[in-house]
Amino acid sequence: MENRRERKAMKDESDDARSWLVHWGTAASSMFIVVFALFVRVAVSLHPYSGAGNAPKYGDYEAQRHWMEITLNLPAREWYHNSSTNDLSYWGLDYPPLTAYQSYAHALFLRFFHPDSVALFTSRGHESSFGKLLMRWTVLSSDVLLFFPAALYFISVYYSGRRSGLKDGMSWHLALILLSPCLILIDHGHFQYNCISLGLTIGAVAAILSKNELVACVLFSLALNHKQVEFSPWYCYALASILFISCIVTLIMYWMGLCFFLQMSAYFAPAFFSHLLGKCLRCRNPLLEVSKLGLVVLGTFTLIWWPYLYSVDAFLGVNARVEFLLFPLSSYLLSLLINNNTWSMLLLLLIRGVLTLATDGRPIVFSRLAPFERGIYEDYVANFWCTTSVLIKWKKLFTTKSLKLISFSATVSTFLPSMVQQIRAPSDQGFLYALLNSSFAFYLFSFQVHEKSILLPLLPASLLAMEEPLVYRWLTYFALFSMYPLLCRDHLILPYVALSTLSIILYYSPAGRQGTRERSSPPLWKVLVISLIILCSIVLHIVYLTFQPPERYPFLFEAVIMLLCFSQFALLTIYTNMKQWTLLDCSAGMEKEKKLL
Amino acid sequence: MRTVRNPNVLTAMKELAWFAGIATCIKLLLIPSYRSTDFEVHRNWLALTHSLPLSQWYSDETSPWTLDYPPLFAFFERFLSIFANLVDPKIVNLHEGLNYSADTVIYFQRISVIVSDLCLFYGVYRLSRNLDSAKRRMIWILIVWSPALIIVDHVHFQYNGFLLGFLLISLSCLEEGKDLMGGVVFAVLLCFKHLFAVAAPVYFVYLLRHYCRGGFFRGFGRFLMMGAAVGMVFLMAFGPFLYYGQIEQVIRRLFPFGRGLCHAYWAPNFWVFYIILDKGLAFLLAKLGINIQAPAASFTGGLVGNSSPFAVLPQVTPLITFMMVLLAMFPCLVKAWREPRPGMITRWVAYAYTCGFFFGWHVHEKASLHFLIPLAIVAVHNLEDVRHYFLLSIVSCYSLFPLLFEAKDYPIKVLLLLLHSLVMWLGFSAHFSKIASVKAVKPRQRRDKMGSGGSAAAKEGGLIVGWVGKRYLLGLLVVEIWGQFLHPYLLGDRLPFLPLMLVSVYCALGIMYSWIWQLGWIIRCP
Repeated sequence: MENRRERKAMKDESDDARSWLVHWGTAASSMFIVVFALFVRVAVSLHPYSGAGNAPKYGDYEAQRHWMEITLNLPAREWYHNSSTNDLSYWGLDYPPLTAYQSYAHALFLRFFHPDSVALFTSRGHESSFGKLLMRWTVLSSDVLLFFPAALYFISVYYSGRRSGLKDGMSWHLALILLSPCLILIDHGHFQYNCISLGLTIGAVAAILSKNELVACVLFSLALNHKQVEFSPWYCYALASILFISCIVTLIMYWMGLCFFLQMSAYFAPAFFSHLLGKCLRCRNPLLEVSKLGLVVLGTFTLIWWPYLYSVDAFLGVNARVEFLLFPLSSYLLSLLINNNTWSMLLLLLIRGVLTLATDGRPIVFSRLAPFERGIYEDYVANFWCTTSVLIKWKKLFTTKSLKLISFSATVSTFLPSMVQQIRAPSDQGFLYALLNSSFAFYLFSFQVHEKSILLPLLPASLLAMEEPLVYRWLTYFALFSMYPLLCRDHLILPYVALSTLSIILYYSPAGRQGTRERSSPPLWKVLVISLIILCSIVLHIVYLTFQPPERYPFLFEAVIMLLCFSQFALLTIYTNMKQWTLLDCSAGMEKEKKLL
Repeated sequence: MRTVRNPNVLTAMKELAWFAGIATCIKLLLIPSYRSTDFEVHRNWLALTHSLPLSQWYSDETSPWTLDYPPLFAFFERFLSIFANLVDPKIVNLHEGLNYSADTVIYFQRISVIVSDLCLFYGVYRLSRNLDSAKRRMIWILIVWSPALIIVDHVHFQYNGFLLGFLLISLSCLEEGKDLMGGVVFAVLLCFKHLFAVAAPVYFVYLLRHYCRGGFFRGFGRFLMMGAAVGMVFLMAFGPFLYYGQIEQVIRRLFPFGRGLCHAYWAPNFWVFYIILDKGLAFLLAKLGINIQAPAASFTGGLVGNSSPFAVLPQVTPLITFMMVLLAMFPCLVKAWREPRPGMITRWVAYAYTCGFFFGWHVHEKASLHFLIPLAIVAVHNLEDVRHYFLLSIVSCYSLFPLLFEAKDYPIKVLLLLLHSLVMWLGFSAHFSKIASVKAVKPRQRRDKMGSGGSAAAKEGGLIVGWVGKRYLLGLLVVEIWGQFLHPYLLGDRLPFLPLMLVSVYCALGIMYSWIWQLGWIIRCP
């Protein structure tokens, strides 16, 4: 009797909390969350950035500042060109043109308030509190102008078709997306502009969910042109060859779609591609649909690359510089510009693409393709290659060339199932899972992965937070943990602690996710395992800070952290892949129901 | 009965922990922000109490930031210095530690403020635990997430949250009828920071009439008991200094009346109008051809000495301000004398602090916290209170803006105020639209209301600030834009004191409104 009373009291309490939140009004509380997220970003930006006071090379902050200096003071044609005024060995510009334009715009802003910080030559290694403030404001403004509207767009699209009862978690979901601790720490602490490319990607996802495929193509092309971390030339050739084979099989030349396909060789590209292709195939006129998308992508790319399209050399030069180039694509573009014999050129290029893949992966025209020279992994990234290298010395066993092939095939075989699922049955929910799965595949298996690349799987995980709250929670925790050594180096432990606590507190907000609260408590063994893992990680946090590693193994703690994180990431990958495939049955059932209705 | 309350207590504590947790994360993030000289003041006190014997605490002059808080605060610093010494011995070194600004000292002191805020949370919890959950939540938002407290304590650096915690505990004891406990806690508070003594008359009258009642002998007995308890507290605090013969020195440090009527930045109170009137008259008379001797000291120059800064109007002495504060408090004292009700004590104390702020001698703008925080407790009860509090909290938070003047802190203070006004507006309008919808219990209409909850809440939001209030808040925006952007652009370096003066005068209007409103409320209240 007493027990029941207690429970009733608790239920009343939670009902009360619920109505309280509903009454807030979603638009108004979204506004509050947006301002709060902005405030947290401002507060984090008070902390030091990467490489502060660390001459002569400094860190990412100096790289970005240097790009502003270069883009402001040199004409666009010389941005990627080594010259007496532009020393490419000192943080040379090696991001795609959209980054360069963004740097230019920010440089204009900096010059207006503080010309010293972007003066040619003299501003190298410039560090002043006012300069730092302005630089921080450039990130803040890009976040507010791109990431925030994109997140709001996504939320409004995602919840537009739902009954009002399901809208309860909307504010909670928005808060999780906007207050993702990893993104804030990297962008506003460490100093980078991930918010731009991720914001564009969210925008593209939202556009796809709202059936604006053309807008999605534009946004995603822009995202690709902002950061080549999402890009790796290797996959272009590979994907081209897959498509080539499929072309032969189907004997249909989706020639525009082909180009489209090539652009999408990013972490999210397989998902975008397969979803769009799957949708197009279901249209009445797939060829028309695909060519529409292809044209839009092509147009966007042409616009962005316009300053470098005046000559073949310049174009290829920039491509080589940013390691961006999809060899077949650029040649294809050129062929469009130079002669009209597209069909034959395209075939030729495809063959050449496959050939380069088979030979060396190094197209003849390029003098340098740096990432291939760097080896399969760097530092301690919690991906497959780095983790298994504790046991298997990949770098000694194989040549770089064969490693490339191995990593490539591992990546493709990991994201292939989710691609197949999307082509077979494209659905909004499945698309989000596919994004998560393909970015996981790239993070775990691709060549040359950076710690910060974990931001990419985190993004779709945060978009899926309503469906998979636990996956989101777990992934955020370990993503943060995997970046812990990096953030320690940047002296960002304090915001690390504050933001991870904040994210946990927000996750367990009293009036938060009504729709997703776990119904029953998990079995005891699960609780035990989970708490054991968390305990381990907490101990590791402290040990990493306080203890000196033994001299024989100077990177012992990093390796242990990496091992723990990798195991969790791998488990999550398996789980989400399974989840995506079980979706297939559900969605089929749903469609049947709809038809019946 | 207990079994029903227990889960409530548990959920209440959990929820408070949630609010407090978010606030704590924000405070942690703000650790590297700007810190005022108060930071060095408190560091010096740590060093002073750690390395000197008790007898020299109040006579040491190694640093210009001498100890001028009452003894319990000095003991508190002594307590903290034990840990400071463990963290980094240089913090507590009297000579080498001067202007020490390594990470250790910053982290240590900032975190000590954050931890001492637990006292505030406990006070809030005690005061709000018996309210219904919606009101409780609003109170927590208003106090635990108070932007004014964050600006003063966690950016500017002070221990107000900790001290206000004691005030709230004392008030909650009085509200629950535990008068002796409330009195003792208030005495403890006074021994931490004597500026809180402004409310002492209210406490005295209230306790005299509420606690010491029930016939002459019983009342007198209780009076003696209260006197003994409070006396014990004071004896424990001041006793050691009495023993060392330092008490005169302590008193001299605690009440430095040589400081002048106003601070360099004028706190928005009555004296702002007085000064402006004086300047205006002087200007007018000079125009009329009457020769006015220019004052030797000026308010805009910063330091104010002993000479009269007024050209026309009579000099203001500490005694005059003291009398004015008492006079302003008088209606409230009469009310407390006639009918000492526990439910009213929070308002009365808040009113007393408002009077102290509005008419007091050498008032700091930070002192507005003393009435802002207690008022939050009573702000949620009806729409009239809400309207008043909404305006008051924005104005007093805005009047703290000049404390943070560095460019990097600018977005922080603006966003804090914006967040606060947003959350107040949202919370209050939701709260009162809910009450409205409960009142209109028509089952048919109820469904419609649920459907358009958001828009109904937005409509109700209009009720929270009236027409005048809206104009006033817009004016605040104009003052800010003028001070930050237009003034440097249009006038350059001329009249550098004008923006701050505008802020003071404009905020003083708001505070005056609040004072009059509170006075009216206390007089009207049956």
